[in-house]
Amino acid sequence: MATSIKDLPRDEVVMKGHGACAGCPSTLALRIAGKAFGPNAVCVMTPSCTVASLGLIPKAAYDYPILNVCFATAGSSASGIVYAYESLYKKGKLTGEMPTVFTWIGDGGTYDIGLQAISAAAERNDNYIFICYNNEAYSNTGVQRSGATPKFAATTTTPQGKMEDKKNMPLLMLDHQIPYLATASLAYPTDFYDKLVKAKNTRGFKYIEVFAPCCTGWKFPSSDMIRISRMAVTSGAWLLYEAENGKIKFNGPTAKIMEGKVELSPLEDYFSCQGRFASINRAANKEEIIAEAKNKILADIEFMKKRAAF
Amino acid sequence: MANKIYDEKYPVSYPMHGAGGKTGDWRLLTPRIDREKCSKCMLCWVYCPDAVIDRETLEIDYEYCKGCGICARECPRKAIVMIREEE
Repeated sequence: MATSIKDLPRDEVVMKGHGACAGCPSTLALRIAGKAFGPNAVCVMTPSCTVASLGLIPKAAYDYPILNVCFATAGSSASGIVYAYESLYKKGKLTGEMPTVFTWIGDGGTYDIGLQAISAAAERNDNYIFICYNNEAYSNTGVQRSGATPKFAATTTTPQGKMEDKKNMPLLMLDHQIPYLATASLAYPTDFYDKLVKAKNTRGFKYIEVFAPCCTGWKFPSSDMIRISRMAVTSGAWLLYEAENGKIKFNGPTAKIMEGKVELSPLEDYFSCQGRFASINRAANKEEIIAEAKNKILADIEFMKKRAAF
Repeated sequence: MANKIYDEKYPVSYPMHGAGGKTGDWRLLTPRIDREKCSKCMLCWVYCPDAVIDRETLEIDYEYCKGCGICARECPRKAIVMIREEE
């Protein structure tokens, strides 16, 4: 049964007064992750907004032992921690419940720079949770394009809009045949929480990707962060699903979209409220561009339907 | 955990409130809760990225609230309004 908001635990991992932007999605996601994992957890972070704005000295804004490692090594560093723990527990030097090891990596450290280490860790089936918060750009260094940036989105390195489609990283991880994989959205916090708890209770390599609309990078008012998360799901730009041992199950609004019970919400609305798609709104062939983006989404949905039935 | 003092000997960071300073100073618009309209659905508490809304009383900590406006936007009863603060 799904958890309700009132059942969410009281634990707060993110301290008040951290240095992140107003309306930052990564801190909200980390708050929910903290509620799911409880105090007995260890985190690995690579350079990202979360480290730069929360991991300050002399005061840190998160209540976890956190190892800040170099960009490409998120997967392998967490593997090392897990092996060390398992060995210490085996020798009897540590007792009690083993801490949950998880990584907190942006899309740059997952899609581009850290891909090799994640792939290797997934292949070894190391017992930790890999969490990627996907804000679709290198937001920390000033919004450069990444492998997760969708087509037509403007960044500082693609000022006219990106020309290429984004990678489908969750699908890539699914084909590593890992025990648990999930995609989540901040507009559905209880769904995200349930997926984190499920990942915590599964043994082996777990991959969770949460969609995090960055108000600074995507150029929209900070108050619209949750609204845009929701619009991404209802317009089909972001699909919510989980896969236990490769068996895909769709969640929330995506399940209704897949069953054909609900129509996709207009993609124009999703594009028009974000400054990064401003070039589309100004373009003479606006309809053509939106139709192309819409066709891509419909093709993705068709593909996922077949992939789930497979 | 949140009240450890700064370690003079080692460059160790401890979790404390206000790592980024008194972030309430960043605020342009201030959220105000209308208690009569509030149904205590706690959506504002769960959606707050800064964890400044108290779970029990739904009191906002104005010392650290950055005024992002998510609570006002997501409140189903429109019980939270963003107002411009007077000096």
